[in-house]
Amino acid sequence: MIAEWLGRIGNFSLTLLIVTVYGLLVGAFIERTIAKVQGRIGIPYRQPFINILKTLVKRTAVSHGIMFYLGPVFRVAGGIGTLAFIPVIYGSDTFANFSYAGDLFLVIYFMFFGQLGMALGAGESGHPYSAIGIARGLSQMTAYEVPFALAVIAIVIQYDTLSITEIVAAQQGGWQNWTLFTNWVATLAAMLAFLGMTGYSPFDIFLAPQEIPIGPPTEFHSAFLSMLQTNRAVFGATKLILFMNLFFGGATGWVELMIKTLAIYMIAVVVGVAFPRFRVDQSIRFFFKYPTLIGIASIVYVQMVIAP
Amino acid sequence: MTKDLSTETTLENAGLSVEDQQLFSNARPRAYEPYPIKAVEDFANWARANSLWILAFGTGCCSIELRPLMTARFDASRFGVAGRPTPRQSSVFIIGGYVSVKTLKRIVRSYEQMQGPKFIIALGSCPANGGMYFDSYNTINQFDLYLPVDLYVTGCMPRPEALLGAILELQDDIKAGNCDGANRYIEHFDEYKANQKKVIKDWNMPDYNW
Repeated sequence: MIAEWLGRIGNFSLTLLIVTVYGLLVGAFIERTIAKVQGRIGIPYRQPFINILKTLVKRTAVSHGIMFYLGPVFRVAGGIGTLAFIPVIYGSDTFANFSYAGDLFLVIYFMFFGQLGMALGAGESGHPYSAIGIARGLSQMTAYEVPFALAVIAIVIQYDTLSITEIVAAQQGGWQNWTLFTNWVATLAAMLAFLGMTGYSPFDIFLAPQEIPIGPPTEFHSAFLSMLQTNRAVFGATKLILFMNLFFGGATGWVELMIKTLAIYMIAVVVGVAFPRFRVDQSIRFFFKYPTLIGIASIVYVQMVIAP
Repeated sequence: MTKDLSTETTLENAGLSVEDQQLFSNARPRAYEPYPIKAVEDFANWARANSLWILAFGTGCCSIELRPLMTARFDASRFGVAGRPTPRQSSVFIIGGYVSVKTLKRIVRSYEQMQGPKFIIALGSCPANGGMYFDSYNTINQFDLYLPVDLYVTGCMPRPEALLGAILELQDDIKAGNCDGANRYIEHFDEYKANQKKVIKDWNMPDYNW
């Protein structure tokens, strides 16, 4: 029993390592792509790794209290916890992580967890821009979670299961079985929510580097910041893997995973470089309008067209 | 003769009212030693040199030369340079030109909030010797009396190429382990503070902005 659990924890550590490195490399790749669009050379691929290392070896750090310490810890726990319950590679025991029959339910909760922990930590830093960033971030998150939750409910009804592994299994056997093609309405609603999740333009009001320095992490520095940077890579890649599993047929190998997740990410990047930023009231209105309606339509679509 | 630790380790914060003194830390900053193993310190310095985050605080007219650094023509991001909007996360402070007394107060506040190791590049002639404002009543003439400067770039104003060259030179200096301005500031803390208080008349902030 103990040996089995140690083995699973070891396997998960391997997954975490690969996903972290992949997440950082994807970040650098996207930065370089945007730089090429702007006619620049852009950062070297090693830059995200050096940035984390540099913040880690800073000589000083000041604290604002216990919650300030716990904020980044909760954030990282949210990122790693989300990854822990998502099967990364379909059909592989090594990379199945701790997925079980109801993992989709837990994953949806865990995605909230890190943000709320971060809100408490950044709140204790006492910086007014942190508070504004949190207020904007949480209200926007509440807005984009609605279409996402509706899309998830639709595919749960469609596949009649709460297990991500079974949802991926149902999409095997060719691209025509992907949720993207069997239930394009739910995929559309979820992808619109995904734009809000990634935090690129037009939904980057909660970071807003030009107005509220960088929102919630304004006061975080040194090792706190290196934890947040690492989590950004892990959590970003985890969200991509979740979307790939739910809507794009999952992956049976790392190469397939990387191609699919990069393609999903590029949707957010292309939208991001093409559109200017929404104000927070505009982005919330946007999510409560069309994506939510599409999300409701996806449930109707499942009930009327697919399920009966 | 025994040292009086109470004055040695705490700051007076005399500029603050009695109520405000409760709200701010009065701890005296400490100098930090490098890692005991030289290879580790060299590796850390390599990381620090290749990831320079500039505080986006334009203090004078030379700051206009900072903006082109991020454009396609100069593209400083390929050297690991990035702008950072908050002093907590940045490591390089570029003093953009003349420093008025009013700005100096904000520069001191921002510099002290940055986490060490931190570096200062003084851009233009004005921070070095006052430049064309040498006899002005409200600008200071020699910036390194008030904060430790690692590198001067003279000119009025210097081209972005000069600034980019300065950044590369700063990287070499950091890798060689020569840039220890943060510790220099702590070691000569009382002299720097006395100089700052000599010109900043309305000192209504703590003695060290933690």
